[in-house]
Amino acid sequence: MSGKEYRTITDVKGPLVFLNKTEPVSYGEIVQLMLSDGSIKNGQVLDTSDDQVIVQVFEGTASVDRQTGVKFLGDVFKLPVSKGLIGRILDGAGRPRDGGPDIVADEMADIIGAAINPYSRQSPESFIQTGISAIDACTSLVRGQKLPIFSASGLPHNDIALQIARQAKLVDSDDDFVVVFCAMGITAEEYNFFVHDLERTGALENSALFVNLADDPAVERLITPRLALTAAEYLAFEHDYHVLVIYTDMTNYCESLRQIGAAREEVPGRRGYPGYMYTDLAMLYERAGLVKGKKGSITQFPILTMPGDDITHPIPDLSGYITEGQIVISRELHQKGIYPPINVLPSLSRLMNAGIGDGKTREDHKSVSDQLYAAYAQGRELRGLVAIVGEDALNERDLQLLKFADIFEDQFLRQSRDEDRSISEGTLDLAWNLLSNIDTKYLVRLDQKWIDKYHPTEKSSNEEE
Amino acid sequence: MSKENGVIYRISGPVVTAVGISPRMYEVVRVGDEGLMGEVIELHGDQSVIQVYEETSGIKPGEPVIRTGQTLSVQLGPGLLTQIYDGIQRPLPKLEETMGVFITRGVDADGLDLKRKWEFNAVAKKGDDVSSGQVIGKVQETETIEHRVMVPPNVSGKVKSIKSGTFNITETVCVLDDGTEIAMMQEWPVRHPRPFVQKYAPDVPLITGQRILDFLFPLAKGGTAGIPGPFGSGKTVTQQQLAKWSDAQIVVYIGCGERGNEMTEVLDEFPHLIDPNTNKPLMNRTVMIANTSNMPVAAREASVYTGITIAEYFRDMGYNVALMADSTSRWAEAMREISSRLEEMPGEEGYPAYLSSRLAEFYERAGRVETLSGSDGSVSVIGAVSPPGGDISEPVSQGTLRIVKVFWGLDAGLARQRHFPAINWLNSYSLYPQALDQWYRDNIAPDFPEVRTEISTLLQIESELQEIVQLVGSDALPVDQQLTLEVARMIREFFLQQNAFHDVDTFSDLDLQYHMAKAILSFQEEAKKAIAGGAQLEDVVNVPARTDLMRGRFEKGYEDRISDLVSEMSKQIDASMEAN
Repeated sequence: MSGKEYRTITDVKGPLVFLNKTEPVSYGEIVQLMLSDGSIKNGQVLDTSDDQVIVQVFEGTASVDRQTGVKFLGDVFKLPVSKGLIGRILDGAGRPRDGGPDIVADEMADIIGAAINPYSRQSPESFIQTGISAIDACTSLVRGQKLPIFSASGLPHNDIALQIARQAKLVDSDDDFVVVFCAMGITAEEYNFFVHDLERTGALENSALFVNLADDPAVERLITPRLALTAAEYLAFEHDYHVLVIYTDMTNYCESLRQIGAAREEVPGRRGYPGYMYTDLAMLYERAGLVKGKKGSITQFPILTMPGDDITHPIPDLSGYITEGQIVISRELHQKGIYPPINVLPSLSRLMNAGIGDGKTREDHKSVSDQLYAAYAQGRELRGLVAIVGEDALNERDLQLLKFADIFEDQFLRQSRDEDRSISEGTLDLAWNLLSNIDTKYLVRLDQKWIDKYHPTEKSSNEEE
Repeated sequence: MSKENGVIYRISGPVVTAVGISPRMYEVVRVGDEGLMGEVIELHGDQSVIQVYEETSGIKPGEPVIRTGQTLSVQLGPGLLTQIYDGIQRPLPKLEETMGVFITRGVDADGLDLKRKWEFNAVAKKGDDVSSGQVIGKVQETETIEHRVMVPPNVSGKVKSIKSGTFNITETVCVLDDGTEIAMMQEWPVRHPRPFVQKYAPDVPLITGQRILDFLFPLAKGGTAGIPGPFGSGKTVTQQQLAKWSDAQIVVYIGCGERGNEMTEVLDEFPHLIDPNTNKPLMNRTVMIANTSNMPVAAREASVYTGITIAEYFRDMGYNVALMADSTSRWAEAMREISSRLEEMPGEEGYPAYLSSRLAEFYERAGRVETLSGSDGSVSVIGAVSPPGGDISEPVSQGTLRIVKVFWGLDAGLARQRHFPAINWLNSYSLYPQALDQWYRDNIAPDFPEVRTEISTLLQIESELQEIVQLVGSDALPVDQQLTLEVARMIREFFLQQNAFHDVDTFSDLDLQYHMAKAILSFQEEAKKAIAGGAQLEDVVNVPARTDLMRGRFEKGYEDRISDLVSEMSKQIDASMEAN
């Protein structure tokens, strides 16, 4: 393209720059701003017409003036991709951050990413064992799923994400995961925590990191996850890797989205977030999955902190409508000193049924999981009742359920940060042991045939009736 | 009409402004060098505002805009069934062929296969007077569905010639006296309802095999229902259950702005499912529209219209059609997104002021009608709503509830207890029972409505008792009220809960539903007698036969055994009285 430089900036507003009278500029085109001090900023066209062009500047508009030169590069934003991305640390705009050389591109990939044809997708159905009982038993993860962690400030979501990244393995193959890690607006301290842990366990060599920290430009955050996902797609669908994408923190991403919306004077939706936030988030989350004819897969673990622990806040709310379930971290459990403090009741994995059962995990998995839920839910409800009327008012069944809720939290949920439980012996057998504290007649979710086969004290072999 | 060419003036996301043309409202235009499909949604001085159905990045001002002279239409004819479309009726398998697994743009694809040959059997004869909507021939489209080829709208006359044989859908099969040629395919603009003679009041239930729906909150054929619920409460599973098991002859399933993997699950699963009414694959009667959340937003807006037009077309053949839209909230959000790009004055929560009238227009296209050919057809519409935070005071839920006659309220609390379907029995409602009661009396059991009332009354009483239990504990209640709680628990766990993923439990026919309800009532009656006769509540509740009765529903042949199980239970309850 021409590479003509314009000096026609009329307005600068927040992260946006308005220009007049340009040659036709395409929507989404990449822009370079040449500042008078010689520095260069990058941006993207948000709105274009014969009379005016609006550019969103990734690095912020500090020191942009009317004399700043603007060059349109004639192309949409692309990321150089190659297998060389693995083991590298890049910044939020895709430049090396680890002091290494530039990525030698096998291909330039459009970072917006096209939608996968729903007809060409393959149903995710391979169980991923995370070694964490709460997840494996109750919100089982499958390859190709997008399962966010709904957390809040002060909770150990990072430890959980790292533990998953460390322990995740497929039960039906020996393939390892490649981790693509995307940081959006997290603090340097959190970032160091991630990097050190990945280093310590040797996982860093098997990871690609895209990092935008809290003091990096906020608007850049809008492209960081797109870069990460573009890299993930390339690795998964061109090189057959199973990619685990962890991104944190989605809340910061949404804040940036709101910032741009406000600067453009758009009509805001709920709580000031733009009306298109659902679509925008979907363009990220939907880049998970498997496609027919390709071996690789993308599994996503977005982490978001719920402002004010409020699950109805637009960010978790819209996410929950797009993702295939959620893992909810509970402050209450955390304060009881339980790690991982996963509240299984509001947690959910929508693809669980496809990934568990005979031949995948174990035949009784579904029944056991339903029974754990039901018993724990009732037990927790009874705690509220006991607080008012005392334990004396409870009947036998209620007492057992009440006690079960405590055991469940203490023995099933609680595990150490490096404890890797296998699904069959580690998790499901443990569940049966705990459930045996409740009379069989109250275990209505369990098929009789599973009770005969797995119940520690009522297995057919030692039944006399 | 001469085709004028204009140029692009401005691009902002999916909204493009063009100058130099004066198209009609809702005319389809081709935008840019790649010829992206768009629809005119606003005229403003010499500017025409266009919503574009494909991704717009890389497009420049100055690129051409070409009028087509047509409004957004769908192709109707043999070949619709078993197909899966995007929001503007492009077949997804075709798109995969031309552009691979990722959807790029600028690809045009016909909704129907124009080359495929079909066996056309004429039913009209030379010399017949025919008018629009009249069936002139038949095509066996799938194993189970006969496609009835109709005279297109606004056409009538005397048949000059008509021939049976093998044709593709654009070949002329019938010529009228005035020279009008009729082929198997016709087109219809999606934003206009197809014509009919008159609407009837619905008086036949749409049987879904889902106990809580059929028994407590039935939907009539030709009726409308809304399913609002927060995420994770089971909207999609409920919609899919309806698509699988409802006794409509044709099912149109619209995945509007939802998850890609979920659509894939449907696509993988449906071809393997067997229709309990015909014993043939369910896919044979299904048309799917999938516009996932990351596909272009304007096509999402169009997808519900595409779907309902296809539904109306099958209705006009005299079929009962069920349409599921999952989710109408995503459709409304697409409207909101486009509206805000147009810089329209927003109504509530940023939605356009015309939101509720658009919703009403859509649901109003449902109904049981006398078709132009004099037969009886219906479209039932079931719309999922995804209210933010599960709070149904928001505009889309409210706009929907004002129109629909059935409300299936999903409840996060129930979902959390893994009570599925998580439909709240206390706040859900159906306005159809009165219209349908006679049908139930005639076809299932004379006392069906009374049994239903008894069951729902018990649930109501339970909720009142629960409030007391919350304060004082269940042991403080008198024995008869404790029994009521047990009976209500049985209703919930045995009757209302239904496992969509269990081979047997996933579907219960109405007869079985009735017998299960009766079984609960007979437990109540026997237990009352036994307790009056001195039996302990605990012994009565814990008779093994009751557990067998409840667990039995997961086994094949339950409908044959249920009465034996009930009498065994009665026997054991009697015995528990004597034991004391």
